[in-house]
Amino acid sequence: MNTAALKGELTVKGLRKWYHRRDQAPVHVLEDCSFRIEPGKLTVVMGTSGCGKSTLAYILCGYIGPDEGQVLMDGQPVKEPGSDRIMVFQETALWPWMTVMENVVFGPLAKSRAGRDEATRKALELLRKFGLSEFKDKYPGQLSGGMKRRAELAQALINSPKLMVLDEPFRGLDVMTRELMQEYYIKLFEETRLTTVFITSELEEAIFLADRILIMGGTPSRIVRSLEVDLPRPRTFDVLATERYLEIKKEALEVLYGESMQQQTMAC
Amino acid sequence: MKAAEEGMKASIADRPVKRNRRLPKMNWRGALAVAAFFLAWHFLVLLKAPGFREIASPIEVLNTFLTQYIGNPKYWNSWVASFKRVIYGFVLAQVLGIPLGLLLGTRETFHNLVYPVIEILRPIPPLAWVPISILFWPTTELSIIFITFIGAFFIIVINVHDAVRNIKKEHYWLALSLGANGGQVFRRIMIPSVIPSIAVGMTLGMAVTWNVVIAAEMIAGDNGLGRLTWEGYVSHTVTVVIIGMISIGLAGYLSTIGVDYLEKKMMPWRGTR
Repeated sequence: MNTAALKGELTVKGLRKWYHRRDQAPVHVLEDCSFRIEPGKLTVVMGTSGCGKSTLAYILCGYIGPDEGQVLMDGQPVKEPGSDRIMVFQETALWPWMTVMENVVFGPLAKSRAGRDEATRKALELLRKFGLSEFKDKYPGQLSGGMKRRAELAQALINSPKLMVLDEPFRGLDVMTRELMQEYYIKLFEETRLTTVFITSELEEAIFLADRILIMGGTPSRIVRSLEVDLPRPRTFDVLATERYLEIKKEALEVLYGESMQQQTMAC
Repeated sequence: MKAAEEGMKASIADRPVKRNRRLPKMNWRGALAVAAFFLAWHFLVLLKAPGFREIASPIEVLNTFLTQYIGNPKYWNSWVASFKRVIYGFVLAQVLGIPLGLLLGTRETFHNLVYPVIEILRPIPPLAWVPISILFWPTTELSIIFITFIGAFFIIVINVHDAVRNIKKEHYWLALSLGANGGQVFRRIMIPSVIPSIAVGMTLGMAVTWNVVIAAEMIAGDNGLGRLTWEGYVSHTVTVVIIGMISIGLAGYLSTIGVDYLEKKMMPWRGTR
């Protein structure tokens, strides 16, 4: 077995999850979710909004537990949050009371693996790479949306996690910033090859970034389809004009269309 | 790809760094309104408008103030006495209220045990505590401080309690994912997230403290700005009543400035947009 196979391999077996609310019938969110996230690959999870994508992500990171089933990270069951997995949240989770620098060095200092000097040096390096070095002493409230996202990436990467989960990270950014961030992010991924679960509801984003797309659907949600995206890397936006891209898009659209038709008929 | 990166860097560099160092400007409209208020008061008294027959004019008040009060140590002692009570009550409320709020917000069993008691005691107006307080505490001073404390205490407890319960779960989770332990989460995440609510509690608490201290002094005190005002009424000297009222207004205003200053210090990340 090669060592790469031990870095951030995630096996998900038969996850089922209900949300229990006081005075209400439990809501069945996830049903029999089983899949494998391959190490060093970027797996995109797609689905309509409200289908339980975030819930799935929380379970992968160990923030909440499933009612049934199991998540294995490199063979070890995931039961609680751990520093080998990190999530970039849908809405920014940077702590508003800390400067960008304090946010980024939090991880290394919390685990006291490194001294403050070492952590600061590493953080500066990352911030420079993300074009944020001038903003290290600013508070998150002073940053634009795209800058916040990059600061969060720095905050996550400094900890060298084995798995990153990004929950619709570019949602709410304007179109230009979004495209820049996608381009920026794919370059970062191709450099680091960090095992990634990327959640989105945008098909173009999904195909552009992914090695594999898992499409969620149904009520309660399950993985209804897995699509391999074999577009060559490194990728630029040029792939969006290729024949293969259009084929994958067509295939995905058929699945998504079928899903949304079902949703509509169920709603009526 | 390279171009995109360059473009991103350029767009960052182009953005001007905002500076917000304007000097506080004189609020002319506000000054005008204050002047208009005194002018209206003066003429209403002069014209003997209904209700104003017994009221002293601003000039009489100013006269009394300048001749009998400005150099009178008894008057300034009233300021000191009231301020002392407010500060004791206020600080005690923070010192006891913040930890209690934190405990209530984080410890489920403690919450279930103690919260109902608080919910019963909270609606009791501070002034309804006066009789019990006088009976309980050996001196009037202590009972007034206690009543003042009560006024601010429940406000701060409830504010902190709600704040702890409403901390964004992402803020906790992120810290845990970055390898923080319980103590680190408490100090670096929980405390800072409730600071804005502590600040709100302080603003509201300060206002209530002044309310309560003045009323308590009128009922039970033998000095202080409330007592001064009350004595003016009892002795039918309207000028003194008005001097008392304006003094209370100023004292409250000064306290608000103090609390605002503290709040800015507590939250350096606010107002830096």
